[in-house]
Amino acid sequence: MNNPYFDLLMWARGPGFDIALTIMVGGILLRVVEILVLGRKRDLATAKGSPVGQGVKTIFTRSFPRKGLVPFAPITYIGGYIFHIGFAIAFLFLGAHIALIDGLLGLSWPAANRAIVESATALAVIALFALLYTRITDPVRRALSTFGDYLVWLLSLLPLVLGYVAVNKLFGDPTLMMALHILSAEALMVAFPFTKLMHAVTFLMARYYNGSIQGRKGAES
Amino acid sequence: MTAEGHPPETSKSAVDELRSHLGTGNARPVLREIETALGALLESGRETTIDLGAIPFGPGDERMLDEVLGPGEVHATIYAMGESHVAETGVPGVWRVDHFDQRGETLSRFIEVTFCPDILKTQTADAEAGLARLTARLAAQDGHQH
Amino acid sequence: MAERPVLAEALKAHGISRRGFLKYCASLTSLMALPPALAPKVAHALENAARPSVIWLSFQECTGCTESITRSHAPTIEDLIFNTVSLDYHHTLQAASGHAAEEARMKAMEEHYGKYLVIVDGSIPVGNPAYSCIAGISNLDMLKETAAGAAAIVAVGTCAAYGGIPHADPNPTGAVAVSEIIKDKPIINVPGCPPIPIVMTSVLAHFLTFGLPELDELGRPKAFFGETIHDRCYRRPFYDQGKFAEAFDDEGARLGWCLYKLGCKGPTTKSVCATVKWNDGTSFPIQSGHPCLGCTEPDFWDNGGFYKPLSMPAGDYRKLGLAAVAGGAALGVAGGAIARATKSKAAAAHETVDAHDLEKKS
Repeated sequence: MNNPYFDLLMWARGPGFDIALTIMVGGILLRVVEILVLGRKRDLATAKGSPVGQGVKTIFTRSFPRKGLVPFAPITYIGGYIFHIGFAIAFLFLGAHIALIDGLLGLSWPAANRAIVESATALAVIALFALLYTRITDPVRRALSTFGDYLVWLLSLLPLVLGYVAVNKLFGDPTLMMALHILSAEALMVAFPFTKLMHAVTFLMARYYNGSIQGRKGAES
Repeated sequence: MTAEGHPPETSKSAVDELRSHLGTGNARPVLREIETALGALLESGRETTIDLGAIPFGPGDERMLDEVLGPGEVHATIYAMGESHVAETGVPGVWRVDHFDQRGETLSRFIEVTFCPDILKTQTADAEAGLARLTARLAAQDGHQH
Repeated sequence: MAERPVLAEALKAHGISRRGFLKYCASLTSLMALPPALAPKVAHALENAARPSVIWLSFQECTGCTESITRSHAPTIEDLIFNTVSLDYHHTLQAASGHAAEEARMKAMEEHYGKYLVIVDGSIPVGNPAYSCIAGISNLDMLKETAAGAAAIVAVGTCAAYGGIPHADPNPTGAVAVSEIIKDKPIINVPGCPPIPIVMTSVLAHFLTFGLPELDELGRPKAFFGETIHDRCYRRPFYDQGKFAEAFDDEGARLGWCLYKLGCKGPTTKSVCATVKWNDGTSFPIQSGHPCLGCTEPDFWDNGGFYKPLSMPAGDYRKLGLAAVAGGAALGVAGGAIARATKSKAAAAHETVDAHDLEKKS
């Protein structure tokens, strides 16, 4: 006799996680190395400013919106911030997640109160729906959206919702919901290197690159 | 935290005070159920027992129950396989029956809506045993006198 | 064997008043998650319950379950209930042995055919039935033979219920649960390593009074296996606050914080340990500072390590991670090389066009 939900949870914790982690780590490296190996032609002109300084600075300055753009696209900016911060709090400050990271990397930090984590989760989910709304209603954004964008939206939503449901036992068998939560996170991990989710890594490279080009030319970025 | 599971000493006072108000919201429906049951008792004599162990109850719920019902006139302690506390609340006809084991651990807790909880009454089997005991004691007394 | 009520006499003999008995019945009703109005019915049923014949079969086990049920310190009504059954065969406890013991089992089976209760602790080896025999009879044969005339079977302990420790990987004896062999009889699983004594006796009391209790999908009585230990744990507030013990001897452990990070399986384990507790309500593993091992769940021995947090991967992810790093880097270099080659090929194939050519075309 066996509990199929429990078996699923154990698969998700075991082989499922191993597969997902291998694909994610291997995939990220593949993408990053691929980009780096491609290289650029050497710029023979004399640098007029500091490419490194501007590059590093740009990594941070691009985290803030340009003047006048927030009123122009309020849901995109505010919703984007709420989602990213909410997702980060839910991912990084839940005790169970810290235990996972501790196990993987040996890094650990204090966990947050469940009320904070759950509020962050709820806000992130609301923000996701607001962002989907603008994506669908705005004709330009709709035209720009690809299947991959909707897939990434769903993959970001599922771990949040399923985790909330599993922890609070809202519906379904809690063991099953926990297994589905882990599996949904693993789906996110698998998709990560091959979708726009990759921006979570490449944003550093892209911002530095853009900033350093400007810096070389002696311009502010 | 001690082995008994009390909250840590450091976070006492204010936090504990706050916590004692935290409830699940189950006290109100239970009080309504008691109200209905008391009406039924007066109307048809139907007795009701509510198992408090079957309902999620927080410290705040307990507090609200005690505040609304209040203390009553009767308080009895039964010593049978550990103590049992039987008390009429400030609402006559509504009783609290709490059973504890020999170590003082709670076994079960009930609200009884009745004119007198059964457990207070002498049970027939016990009375029979009592009669036998009395007869035996009297026989022993007679034996002493002669 | 006399099939007449014996509990009333037993109570009298132990000097327990009728009030004490009623109090016990009220608490038992509450524990079995039955409506309180049924308490008098429980009392009546217990008093008038016929004394059932019980055959206890011990297979691949450690005797822990028997130890558990016979090690209540204070004489409680649970003991009395257990004493009211007619334990006609239990080769660990009975004085007789060998053929005399087997005769007692045969006699009980004949006399109470279709009515006796079979309690099993331990798993059954089917890899080679000779791995475990009693009086020359393999466990498999004895179970089949004894179950044939049983009214119901209680699989006591995780071994009998789900295979337990003998079933753990690589399962050298081919151990299986009772339910894998017997398909045509009601089976009540009372898992635990060992189960809580009061749970065993309460299940017995329920069977004597109201017949089969309501079971969950794993064959466990819902009254005792309906909620997780995590849901009823007194350390739950610390889990919610994000306060965890990181080691067995750190400040968090001393302050009694949540043991999730030390591998506690409370969130996925259904049992009443946190409320009913052990050793007559004294404590339970988490209260003693040790994470729950999840012993009431199938395959608890193989569920990724007792001291690994539930959220942590169970496998050997570090090696895989290194392989992924190496593989990803190699693939990246290869991908980059291909892209570069494509780029240079495109550059080589590029035709330069000047204004003169454009004019020619138009």
